[in-house]
Amino acid sequence: MQNYDPKLLPASFVPFTASSAFKEKQRVLIPEKAKSQTVVFLSSIKALFDTLKITDGMTLSFHHHLRNGDYVFNMVMEEIKKRNLKNMHLAPSAIFPNNQVLSELIENGNVTDITTNYLNGPVAETIGKGLMKGLLIMDTHGGRARAIESGDLKIDVAILSAPAVDLKGNGNGIEGPSACGSLGYAISDLKYAKKVVLVTDSIIDSLKRVDLPCEYVDYVVKLDKIGDPKGIVSGTTKITKDPIGLKIARNTAKLLDELDFIKDGMSMQTGAGGTSLAVAQYVKEKMQDKHIKGSFASGGITGYIVDMLNEGLFEKLYDVQCFDLQAVESIKNNPAHLPMSASVYANPYDPEVIVDKLDFVILGATEIDTNFNVNVTTDSKGLIIGGSGGHSDTAYGAKVTIITSALLKSRLSIVKDKVTTVTTPGEDVDILVTERGIAVNPKRTNLLEKLAGSKLPLVPIEKLLETSQRIAGTPKRIELKDKVIGLVRYRDGSIIDLLYQYK
Amino acid sequence: MLQNADCFESDAVIIDLEDAVHVNEKDNARNLVHYYLESLTDVPMEIVIRINAPDTPYYEDDLKAVVSDKIDAVMLPKAGPRSCFLIDQVLTIIENEKKMQKKIGIVPIIETTMGVMQMEEIAKMPRVSGILLGAEDLSVDMEVERTKTGTEIWYPRAKLAYTCKAYKIDAIDTPFTDTTDYAGLKEDALKAKALGLNAKAAIHPNQIDIINQVFSPSEKQIIWAKRVLKATEEAQAKNLGVFSLDGKMVDKPIIDRAQKIIKMAQKYHLE
Repeated sequence: MQNYDPKLLPASFVPFTASSAFKEKQRVLIPEKAKSQTVVFLSSIKALFDTLKITDGMTLSFHHHLRNGDYVFNMVMEEIKKRNLKNMHLAPSAIFPNNQVLSELIENGNVTDITTNYLNGPVAETIGKGLMKGLLIMDTHGGRARAIESGDLKIDVAILSAPAVDLKGNGNGIEGPSACGSLGYAISDLKYAKKVVLVTDSIIDSLKRVDLPCEYVDYVVKLDKIGDPKGIVSGTTKITKDPIGLKIARNTAKLLDELDFIKDGMSMQTGAGGTSLAVAQYVKEKMQDKHIKGSFASGGITGYIVDMLNEGLFEKLYDVQCFDLQAVESIKNNPAHLPMSASVYANPYDPEVIVDKLDFVILGATEIDTNFNVNVTTDSKGLIIGGSGGHSDTAYGAKVTIITSALLKSRLSIVKDKVTTVTTPGEDVDILVTERGIAVNPKRTNLLEKLAGSKLPLVPIEKLLETSQRIAGTPKRIELKDKVIGLVRYRDGSIIDLLYQYK
Repeated sequence: MLQNADCFESDAVIIDLEDAVHVNEKDNARNLVHYYLESLTDVPMEIVIRINAPDTPYYEDDLKAVVSDKIDAVMLPKAGPRSCFLIDQVLTIIENEKKMQKKIGIVPIIETTMGVMQMEEIAKMPRVSGILLGAEDLSVDMEVERTKTGTEIWYPRAKLAYTCKAYKIDAIDTPFTDTTDYAGLKEDALKAKALGLNAKAAIHPNQIDIINQVFSPSEKQIIWAKRVLKATEEAQAKNLGVFSLDGKMVDKPIIDRAQKIIKMAQKYHLE
């Protein structure tokens, strides 16, 4: 599978070959950071820059657990701007629309390189216009953990929002006014960055639980406010009422039942989108009807999944990030709701990796091609609108990967001859469920055999493409400039696709 | 909405040119529906167009714009025998002019007290393939409060069920207008089914699944029907006219009922 001209790949990178290629290599681990003897408490971002002597060209990392409610990233950007630092490399686990200040820093050459897992909003537009001097590298959630522990992503200073910190410098995400729940994406940064800083607005005598142990922490910065926890709510955390989305969800649940995945001990992951939550709802009804108890649900956790835990439908939740405040409350109080690091969640080399234990995962797509390659990185115009997050990780790990999507979105087909950007390789994508039919990857003969005689509307993916073209016509293929602005890095470190400047 | 009309598992889709369309938008709506119908291929359900009533200046243009082999029936608001007769005449002219292959059906809506009283005359009309009860307007005409319990429409529902059964056409229940009350919808549909109606109109696609569940044969009924038909075959092989199953006598009406259940199960891919 090669979606780009290998000649365009910068010399220090290797092209993607197969999703299982990582098995042929050993895990690479750089030494964990030196344990700190003392934690220094500071009172401003300015003091932090002065004390740590943050200078041109350094790599600063961040987590995105406060999502659109995060204040810390922007405060650090303002300090970079004030000091007019140059050629900075930023490595936040995600960038959101509220991080708009970064656009100006990119245009001014303060920030020249970014490594992240997810990116949308004004910063994505700035990079897409080719205004960043260096490269954007887009990792998966598990891939970022791998990149950090292997030294592919070297972090000078990890600046980690910590909603609560104790007097020793331990931190967690479950206490304080800005509680955001799991801090799963921060753990690799904590262990492998040269220097670690916790930024908090709440220092208390002792913590209910330690997520960020002080032995890894060098500095604590106490601010008045690190964020607005209401902003952590993900894009959509309500079950869709759209009849198309509900039909897709209903058929997905029926499909899972016919494939015999609704059974005792089952494990699952769904996203936080309206249709994914509707799938969870229909799966829940089937579990209740059959008196099923699953082993675990994982990933980003919403209140709907918390309800399933509380109703006894799962033994445990493994939570890498909380998508809403109900999930935050649950992870704080329910011992069966467990935080997990991004490495345990999805790092291909982590011996405990959770994604490999998943029975099924429900994922979305902005585009899917007739070889089942999925794009969740760019839209139909080539604009960057997201990124893998855990998409490729869970698609590889789960026994069955199901993409749920309306066939037509804004009068455009999601099924293409060829996707604009490959985020997740088709070899790991098993089934596409749309309102106009369900396409099973023909390579999954075991699934097709199980579904023989099914009354579900099974169709070849080519038929879905043909149907969508009959209804909406064939869109003109978008043209992008030849300039490579970024790399889509697969979880094993190979490059699965390139990102180009918009025309 | 139109683009996805064929995505849902209803037996028919009703495209409305009447109350859902503002008087200033009638032409646009007709054009939209016309071009939509032209683009249709392989639609898995019947297409019914609700036209404006014959006492309005719109119905003839509606019929000219939408009647073609792509549709199956027109739905007629505030229907009576005279309006059904009039529409039958106009349809005949259009079918001849357009040299159509199909004979378009009429689904009258009973939504006046006079319509209830004239139900049998309406059901007799040759093109009438089913009758829909329109309980909202009917309750206004009857000057009774429309309630979720549906006590006020017990009589017209029962009359519709008997009339349609007698003339072998579909008895279509009035829609349940609260689009978020799924438990209420199910209860309402069960009441209609218990009276003998065999279909129900939905006003939101999210209602279709529940209506299908209520009006489709249950797994238990299908198993029973299969056993009856198997026992019938065995009895016929032994030249028995009447026989028993589980201690109960099985005769022609029971066999007919079992056959109907299996036919419906096959229609809905349940068998």
